[in-house]
Amino acid sequence: MDEQYDVVVMGTGLTECILSGLLSIEGKKVLHMDRNDYYGGESASLNLSQLYKKFRNSETPAESLGKDRDYNIDLIPKFMMANGELVKILTHTDVTRYLEFKQIAGSYVYRDGKIAKVPATEMEAVRSPLMGIFEKRRAKKFFEYVQTYKQDDPSTHQGMDMAITPMEAVYKHFGLEPGTIDFIGHALALHLEDSYLSRPALETFERITLYMSSMARWGKSPYLYPLYGLGELPQGFARLSAIYGGTYMLDKSVDEIVYENGKVVGVRSGNETAKCSQVICDPSYAPDKVRVVAKVIRAICLLRGPIPNTDNVDSFQLIIPQNQVNRQNDIYIAGVSASHNVCEKNHYLAIVSTVVETDNPQEEIQPGLALLGPIVEKFVQIANISEPIHDGTKDQVFVSRSYDATSHFETVCDDVKDLYKRITGKDLVLKQRQTQEEEQREMASQP
Amino acid sequence: MSNSRQTSTQEPPSGKLFQFKLVLLGESAVGKSSLVLRFVKDQFDDYRESTIGAAFLTQTICLDDATTVKFEIWDTAGQERYKSLAPMYYRNANCAVVVYDITQSSSLDKAKSWVKELQRQADPNIVIALAGNKSDLSARRVIETEEAQAYADEAGLLFFETSAKTATNVNELFTSIAKKMPLDMLANPRPRGAGLNPRGVDLNRDNRESGCAC
Repeated sequence: MDEQYDVVVMGTGLTECILSGLLSIEGKKVLHMDRNDYYGGESASLNLSQLYKKFRNSETPAESLGKDRDYNIDLIPKFMMANGELVKILTHTDVTRYLEFKQIAGSYVYRDGKIAKVPATEMEAVRSPLMGIFEKRRAKKFFEYVQTYKQDDPSTHQGMDMAITPMEAVYKHFGLEPGTIDFIGHALALHLEDSYLSRPALETFERITLYMSSMARWGKSPYLYPLYGLGELPQGFARLSAIYGGTYMLDKSVDEIVYENGKVVGVRSGNETAKCSQVICDPSYAPDKVRVVAKVIRAICLLRGPIPNTDNVDSFQLIIPQNQVNRQNDIYIAGVSASHNVCEKNHYLAIVSTVVETDNPQEEIQPGLALLGPIVEKFVQIANISEPIHDGTKDQVFVSRSYDATSHFETVCDDVKDLYKRITGKDLVLKQRQTQEEEQREMASQP
Repeated sequence: MSNSRQTSTQEPPSGKLFQFKLVLLGESAVGKSSLVLRFVKDQFDDYRESTIGAAFLTQTICLDDATTVKFEIWDTAGQERYKSLAPMYYRNANCAVVVYDITQSSSLDKAKSWVKELQRQADPNIVIALAGNKSDLSARRVIETEEAQAYADEAGLLFFETSAKTATNVNELFTSIAKKMPLDMLANPRPRGAGLNPRGVDLNRDNRESGCAC
């Protein structure tokens, strides 16, 4: 590794792998390292023995769980919005060719002690017990307004400017009930808490639109999921980077980021030093350059069957809005199963997660755990959510953000774009990469 | 120049099309990419650099009038160099070509360890072929044919000595893999990858109502 690179990337989480791929395509010489012997960092999917090694030290998995290789257990619970940014990045870079995707079967919300399906079709909306008949009419008017509203077309505004009108005023204008407001804000706009109510409504309108358009794209739910787990995503982008010349080193410890005159000049591992002019890394490689902004608790649970009251679906998202359990932050449950090639065929996986509010976080996720039915094994992680203190332009060390408590990858993509701009000085414009057929045709026509 | 058996630029003939993922393995610089380049494009480049750019190619072989086999070929893209091949690489691989260089004695040992890795990580029914490449450099040979053949027999591998440079045994290698694929066990031949994701959703498709614009 004693060579000159343009960029050294440390950590093979999704954010780092997307950036590595994008920079390699542009012709940058990239060295990408990870201290672990697997891809994915915090966004990895682990097999059973890797999971036990991480959480239980010497303990070995029970034989009844099945084969090690049948498992790809996500460390963070996230799904892809079908119409979201990650899908755009995947299709433009053609990383989709390495992966297969499946829909998440349903989205659910907890309300008054019961689990209700978030309607996926007009028919389901009409039948849904979530709203009474008059409230449904009011909600219909609200959604029509959201769908027609365009910020640059005042004729769609009906006298209200969503760039300045707080969301709570919009709810009031349409006369919506508290339960409906909870549903829209948390189950559709996917806000984790209620601070959005006093912020301008445009943000929430965009989130509702993303949810609706994602739902419209494939039906059932707005979410997609890669077969074999989320860890396939960083692997796919790492392959993209490698194809364009990126060098990969796993199981490589990093001892020091080397500076000269306040700027990074290399990364040292043992007695080898990779020279470079820029470094990209996740927070764990630069602990002195980040601050902790929150903590998230995640309980990975192995189950014997589908969770009760979810129509026996093979995968789901279940949101427990904060108001329902007297909290500030929602509790999320993400469920996947053998039909996504993430566990042995008789098992199910669920991750219960929330932003930590007290000094007894285990107690905070109890309302979520209580909905799962019998739990075979539980692995609990309390993770720091960190963000970089500086933007990296001064010393050219660019640190990514931790994976937050949101249930999708939109904030990860925001961070990718933001980092890309700071690293290269220009906005990320996704160009369509050649498809395999075009590539091969071009190769065939060369002399 | 082009081989009449290969029909990659034409429509596949009537009959069944079987598509398989084929992965390449072997030490750096043994000629993995060159073998594929010879097979897919019938070309060879003496000064070819390490794999960059196109590491995903397809080639079709017609076994008979009713049976066509399409290989979706994955190159390592250099990720084998520092033990950094991702599990994704082995996933759903139906067949593998493990390459060594007959002029490099360590490369056969390395090939053996890749075979072990495949047996550990890949589908148990994977068809593996061992290719002793650079057979045109027989003057510098250090690995005897008999030695490699004995290992291949013992491990249950197909075996060929090949030359990507002279094209010796390259088509034979891939054809014999195609013939060894358990075609009759696959009741439903299906294409996969390349924008056709049969088990899942195709992200390149715009809408669930396909063709609604007509």
